[in-house]
Amino acid sequence: MGFLTDNADLLWSAFLTTLSLAVTSGVCALVLGTVLAGMRVSPVPPLRGLATFYVEVFRNTPLTVVFFFLVFGIVQIDLSFPSRFIAAVAALSLYTAAFVCEALRSGINAVPPGQAEAARALGLDFGQSLRTIVLPQAFRTVVPPLGNVWIALAKNTSIAAGFAVTDLTAALQRLSNANADQLLLVFAAIVAGYLVITLPSAWAIRVIEKRVAIVR
Amino acid sequence: MSAQTVLFDLPGPRARRRQRIGTVIGALLIAALVALVLWRLGSNGQLDPGRWAILFDPAAGVPQALGEALLNTLAVAAVGMVAATVLGALLAVGRLSDHAWVRGPVAAVVEFFRAVPLLVLILFCLLFLPTIGVPMTAFRALALGLTLYNMAVLAEIFRAGILSVDRGQREAAFALGMRKTQVMTLVLLPQAVRRMLPVLVAQLVVLLKDSSLGFIVGYVELLRQARSLVEFFNFQFGNIYTFQLYVAAGLIYIIVNVLLSQLAKYVEKRTRRDRRTAGSDDVELPADVQMGGGGGLVTEAGGR
Repeated sequence: MGFLTDNADLLWSAFLTTLSLAVTSGVCALVLGTVLAGMRVSPVPPLRGLATFYVEVFRNTPLTVVFFFLVFGIVQIDLSFPSRFIAAVAALSLYTAAFVCEALRSGINAVPPGQAEAARALGLDFGQSLRTIVLPQAFRTVVPPLGNVWIALAKNTSIAAGFAVTDLTAALQRLSNANADQLLLVFAAIVAGYLVITLPSAWAIRVIEKRVAIVR
Repeated sequence: MSAQTVLFDLPGPRARRRQRIGTVIGALLIAALVALVLWRLGSNGQLDPGRWAILFDPAAGVPQALGEALLNTLAVAAVGMVAATVLGALLAVGRLSDHAWVRGPVAAVVEFFRAVPLLVLILFCLLFLPTIGVPMTAFRALALGLTLYNMAVLAEIFRAGILSVDRGQREAAFALGMRKTQVMTLVLLPQAVRRMLPVLVAQLVVLLKDSSLGFIVGYVELLRQARSLVEFFNFQFGNIYTFQLYVAAGLIYIIVNVLLSQLAKYVEKRTRRDRRTAGSDDVELPADVQMGGGGGLVTEAGGR
């Protein structure tokens, strides 16, 4: 057990990196994904096309490739992110936004047409009916899928380790070199770090789902 | 809700004109952005045809190397998919078992492998298993990691599929005097598999995407191959082929995945046309599973 106390600082800062990576990209992805979902149902065909194109591209691109381009690719056009952490946040947000959009779109489709018809009949325009009638209901029905996207995002942050961000998985690689005799313990500690994020999230999602679900 | 028709009126002449103007401005903006990127690339000499020619130059060995890497990628995905499908089906049946002592452990296994990040799982196979005497290569570790988490994801998908078969089928089979193994293997599974076929193909896309993690654990798949080619050429000619090779590797991934996605759509269309499965709901992978890495943890009520 000695190494746990010896490396407490490393583990703790790695855990915080993973957590902040997940939270920051989660928020960015939620915003971007909501905009994309709005674009996908908007009255303007080019906007719909653009959003569909975005989702199709990112659905078929491995997250590693997105990372790869943001870390090694964009230097070729004389751009670069101020830090690897920000590059990782950008990659995770861009990638996850496509799936947030997919989840939200299924939620929008689940809102009964009568709701939108009533909103239109009251004279609300597209933006108003989307903002005040459809999206609030859609968000309530997509709590589980959206929560699952969040959990998957939290797990996907591990890929950042391959691109020089010192998150939990990077700590794992470092510790496993130094403590070859306690490998199982190292793995247990790292996995526990991820479970501390994912399991309470799963529990919270179930609670929130029960609270906000619309009984139809 | 078919949002397209309910959320807004068909645009009138004025709105259409506004949209056209907006489209033109937007298109110009995007074109300007693309032009800016191209100009930057051009001024760095990245668009020089000589640099791109290396991708198709057999003498330099690039097409062969990339082709081999693509085969490596497909090989690990194929092994993972086959093993995961078989194990996933077994786990799904186990999770629906009548015996609590089968159901419990199976549920624990499924939940565990869905909760652990895929990369950690692969590293576990790569680093820990050799210490207890299991010979490991990057290929085996990657295939094993992909199998373990995909089997958990597929188990949930199969379970949802089996549960979605009409209750009458099961009852009728029992009424005919079949035993529960027969009901499962002769009646429920064939229907569930047929219904789940598009999802299986879609899962293959996810698996192929995840095989790119081989880059991190040192398996020579497309990205890793591109990187080692880059290092090789950098040594010989300096930093001139970097961008081209990375773009090539990324594009191959995207093209193969788009083709597979189209195949999934085609299979889905056929399945829906099929009378025996007609009337079934839309089968689509949940968004979180499409993200790869095992997806989320929350199973929705009713198994899906």
